[in-house]
Amino acid sequence: MSRLVVVGNGMAGVACVEQILKHAPKFAITVFGDETHVNYNRILLSSVLAGEKSADDIVLNSLEWYEQNSIQLRLGVRITSVDPARKTVTGDDGSATSFDKLLLATGSNPLIPPIEGINKNGVFVFRNLDDTRALLSRAARGAKAVVIGGGLLGLEAARGLQVQGCEVTVVHLMDTLMERQLDPTGGSYLKSKMECLGVRVLLNRATTAILGNGKVEGVAFKDGTAIEADIVVIAAGIRPNVDLARHARLQVNRGIVVNDFMETSHPDIFAVGECVEHNGTCYGLVAPLLEQGKILAATITGNKGPRYEGTVTAAKLKIMGVDVFSAGDFSEKSPGTDVVRYEDAALGIYKKLALRDGKLTGAILVGDTSDSHRYMDWLRTQEDLTPHRRQLLFPGPSEDAGSDIAEMPDTKVVCGCVGVTKGAIIEAIHTKGVNTLAQLKESTRASTGCGSCTEHCQQLLKAVVPEFQEESLRVLCKCLPYGEEKLRDTVRGQRIFSVQEVLDIYGNGLGCEICKPALSYMMDVVWCGDHDEDRSARFINDRVHANIQKDGTFSVVPRMRGGVTSAKELRRIADVAEKYNVPMVKVTGSQRIDLLGVKKSDLPGIWAELGMPSGQAYTKGVRMVKTCVGTDFCRFGVQDSTKAGIELERRLEHLFTPAKVKMGAVGCPRNCAEATVKDIGLIGQEGAWQVVVGGAAGKKVRKADLLITVESTEEALQAATLFFQYYRENANFLERTYDFIERVGIEKVRRETVYAPLAVQQGLRERLRRSKRLARDAWLEGDEPRHPTQFVQIQPIEKVCQ
Amino acid sequence: MTSSNPQEKNWVRITRAENIPLREGRSVEIAGHDIAIFNLGDRFLAVENKCPHRGGPLADGIVSGRTVVCPLHAWKIDLESGQVTNRPEENPCVKTFTTTVYEGVVMLEVSVPEGQIALEPSCMARTTPRLPAMSAGD
Repeated sequence: MSRLVVVGNGMAGVACVEQILKHAPKFAITVFGDETHVNYNRILLSSVLAGEKSADDIVLNSLEWYEQNSIQLRLGVRITSVDPARKTVTGDDGSATSFDKLLLATGSNPLIPPIEGINKNGVFVFRNLDDTRALLSRAARGAKAVVIGGGLLGLEAARGLQVQGCEVTVVHLMDTLMERQLDPTGGSYLKSKMECLGVRVLLNRATTAILGNGKVEGVAFKDGTAIEADIVVIAAGIRPNVDLARHARLQVNRGIVVNDFMETSHPDIFAVGECVEHNGTCYGLVAPLLEQGKILAATITGNKGPRYEGTVTAAKLKIMGVDVFSAGDFSEKSPGTDVVRYEDAALGIYKKLALRDGKLTGAILVGDTSDSHRYMDWLRTQEDLTPHRRQLLFPGPSEDAGSDIAEMPDTKVVCGCVGVTKGAIIEAIHTKGVNTLAQLKESTRASTGCGSCTEHCQQLLKAVVPEFQEESLRVLCKCLPYGEEKLRDTVRGQRIFSVQEVLDIYGNGLGCEICKPALSYMMDVVWCGDHDEDRSARFINDRVHANIQKDGTFSVVPRMRGGVTSAKELRRIADVAEKYNVPMVKVTGSQRIDLLGVKKSDLPGIWAELGMPSGQAYTKGVRMVKTCVGTDFCRFGVQDSTKAGIELERRLEHLFTPAKVKMGAVGCPRNCAEATVKDIGLIGQEGAWQVVVGGAAGKKVRKADLLITVESTEEALQAATLFFQYYRENANFLERTYDFIERVGIEKVRRETVYAPLAVQQGLRERLRRSKRLARDAWLEGDEPRHPTQFVQIQPIEKVCQ
Repeated sequence: MTSSNPQEKNWVRITRAENIPLREGRSVEIAGHDIAIFNLGDRFLAVENKCPHRGGPLADGIVSGRTVVCPLHAWKIDLESGQVTNRPEENPCVKTFTTTVYEGVVMLEVSVPEGQIALEPSCMARTTPRLPAMSAGD
């Protein structure tokens, strides 16, 4: 068998090997990689830096894959020389390996600009997993990080470091960020997006020196200014790694020169990826290297024929909330170029298309890249756009996302990075039993590159696979194009503390009556109450802590834990009702008393005179624990449900929840307080408690599911609170426990609460404890309003006579 | 139209701007009119504090861009035009009032010399008994 040696265990080399394996496998393959990791998706390193993904998440080929395909993998070995005459490669471990065919996939190295003091401790490059780990170990909260280079990689590194808590400044030599991909206007939109995220951007700055005594302390610029720095990241570009090829006397310009068949100047040596130069062009993106790999695989396996004709490249910035797409040639200078533009400064949207002879030559999208697919396609097909001329920047009226994918021809490329067509995806679904996104990735490799086609892949799966489960695609509202789970992760990962910030960065900046209260809750639960509270984003009930009625008055329900009250309390309630002329006093269905028809301006006075805490009857929060008489008086009671209920209410009161939480505790299976139809119920039995969850007796009627049976009251309370916090963290806003449980399944809820590993349980308890520590009786704002006119009717300074 | 110079007598001083928090509304009674004034950050807008649907207090609504959502049944009112935006089949609207901010005080335009409030033409609205799902009781 002939021996194939691959130098480089990166995306290009391994993708090419994958293609070679698709042809008849007639090689004994050895792959050398100077990193100690299996092949991973280098494009996603910025996601690892930002903490969105772990190192394991970005692995493309596992060790088993190498084994299954009988590939000898030599990790941590750097090839130091190639002898084309003897056909051997020598490693830095002294080993010599013979080859019949050699594939160079050596990638590129970071370009290090001539800066004084660049070897100081604290200067990093950002190229591989080890660099990422080194950066992560230094990226402490509050550290000052300076990223030199405002290109794709530099900006992604900057955002990652900022998410890690660093104060980040991006220093760019040119006057436009990503100037190779954007025009000055696009660059300025991008700049303001980055600044909106809290990343400082300095343009037109040439870095001359890294300051500090051994360790980085600052960065100095040509104009004489300097800034402080604890970490410096060099992201000034890449240079093809051609040393091996040059020493082997292959033809090398900027990159290793290859022809259309990916052959170098030596008949048995081939090259692929960022290290090559084809037709005068070196590529630094993923789509070309995968395309080259296919051609090379054909050539090297004796199926020479397909030619590489260059790639229309597209760049996409992978920073959540900063959508940037750029492809082709968008310069306006060449004669005969028509430019079509759209701008909305308030929304931060900028789109520009360049056309020549009715065909698209380039596109820039900032702030909204949802149409990038269409433009990429037009660039590839060079379709005559004359008939679409009036709708170039807007989809036609009937073209929504769903029909878009249905109307797509089978030959159309869905995944531009790997080059997977719609037809190939449908075939995989039908013939290989693919029905999840993960299986689709595994089987076709679609959506494993930049990931921008994920949505299209999901739409296809949804259309073709009947049982396809949408992966939480439910969008909150039209203001924010994300589902709540995704938003929770984002808020947590990107450390966003206010509703308006989420809307400004990820939404339309406006918000509405649907997303604002939902995001308000999200802030509260994600940060355990330690967020920037914005009352303007709350429903009126949560601004004045009372329930608005049809005539604009409010209702007041004081907390009466477990439904137990006293003569004194009742007397105060009666006095208040009389003094404030409360039109209706009513016993609610939740064992407490409602004062209806109260004016907003009377609320603080009433609360003060009641001297009872808020019953949260107006909010998505902890309502009450309904109890039966228990053991103190009842002749049947076997558990002290009254005491247990009061204690449960005390532990959870003043907390907010996705939807209202009504609880119950009963002392025997007669269930007088109806605990089996409550969100959380405690059912006393001889020597035990059943803890039940997800019951309903409202619009929907549902018997609660058993969570667990325990012996002591304390264990019952612990189980109930575990579930309570789990529901708080995982349910969607307005989703009652009974809908949540039906969506998630009680088995999973048990597994992740009462049967979860101790550390998980402790995490839930700790976050509940933190929330509880900051939770306070909302009615205390009667004495200390958050705003002077929170409850007060505004009196005009000047009167107007009628 | 009346002059927009706030020093002339056709403006009446209502309240200090900081009394109306950002993206919230407050109601105020002027010459028998219940008026809701909203702070949109770059300007203040005022409308009749009464939803054309069931008379809900618009000042208590959530602000969404330059619209407010009535707290009772989520009718959405454009604060510039007074038009209800999410009931296109009916086209009801509320009265709007002209405001300005002068020396930190929100001012409302009134017609001179009688001191009556200048109103935009209002339109009559029919109501529909449509109740979206909202939290009701305890």
